[in-house]
Amino acid sequence: MKRIIPAVLPFLFFVAPAFAQVTVTEAWIRATVPHQKDTGAFMTITSKENARLVAASSPVAGTVEIHEMRMENNVMKMRAIPGLDLPAGKSVELGPGGYHVMLLDIKRQLKEGDRVPLTLVVQGGRKKRDSIAVEAVVRPINAPAGGMHGGGMR
Amino acid sequence: MRRYGILSAGFLALALATGCAREKPRYNGIDVTGAAIGPDFRLLDPEGKWRSLSEFRGQYVMLFFGFTQCPDVCPTSLARAAVVRNKLDAEGIRVQVVFVTVDPERDTPQLLREYTKAFDPSFLGLRGDPTLTRETAAAFRIAYEKVPTGKSYTMNHTALTYIFDKQGRPRLAMGHNQTPEQYADDIRTLDRSGS
Repeated sequence: MKRIIPAVLPFLFFVAPAFAQVTVTEAWIRATVPHQKDTGAFMTITSKENARLVAASSPVAGTVEIHEMRMENNVMKMRAIPGLDLPAGKSVELGPGGYHVMLLDIKRQLKEGDRVPLTLVVQGGRKKRDSIAVEAVVRPINAPAGGMHGGGMR
Repeated sequence: MRRYGILSAGFLALALATGCAREKPRYNGIDVTGAAIGPDFRLLDPEGKWRSLSEFRGQYVMLFFGFTQCPDVCPTSLARAAVVRNKLDAEGIRVQVVFVTVDPERDTPQLLREYTKAFDPSFLGLRGDPTLTRETAAAFRIAYEKVPTGKSYTMNHTALTYIFDKQGRPRLAMGHNQTPEQYADDIRTLDRSGS
């Protein structure tokens, strides 16, 4: 066994960081007003390999869940989902009108411009889990839908 | 051939023009004129005062039901309402935005006041006890339900915005995917028709 390791090691070194290449861009959280307990976090996640977002956490929230929002006959329906698939190379947008990371039981008011740490747990092939540290910026409570992509608000 | 083409195009334009003049105005939203929506509510504002739709005769009312712990649809709707209200206000068309909570358990008067104020200080947030909320939502054909999520809960609810005319009659139900410009256009159309 010992003799094989030096040969395999460079290869492992190459493969392992490849999975860690999950990029998160445009991470933002909607500001809250005093006494508001929940709010949503939005972002775009791109994974190089097929992976799945399975959990998230943040020091500012008691609980963090992955939610799906959809419209059914003009009724807005929201529910917690166990995970969100991140197909290889595809940008998955968590934006208003679709998926979001729900911050529940938040500990303090989140004001515009605050930077909030978020940890995303992504599961790749062979059930390997990776934690990704993200810093989300707090946007105004009346930030338009879809962040940068939100046409039509003005 | 070309002459026929021009002629028929001319007839078509004329037919459309006269046809349109006789037809009802076209709206981006769903025309709910005459529908049994409401006709009024009696709910508490954050100051503890009873409020009703009939107070707003002479202005348009945009009525939306939601809850403040809502991550997506409610803030988007209120942000849009603020854009519509300000656009029309600049044109001399007065619009009152009313937000009714479907989650009175968590939406305390204080939270409701802070929340609506964050979008526009003129917005009115209203609430009732659970029974009154249920009765009001039913009268306005708004569906809502609690959805447990782990330790907490969220709410499913109808995401339509109703537009009431200056006489307090329900006129339009606007969808969530519609733009502020589409909302504003519909209110302008109502205003031009004199209602």
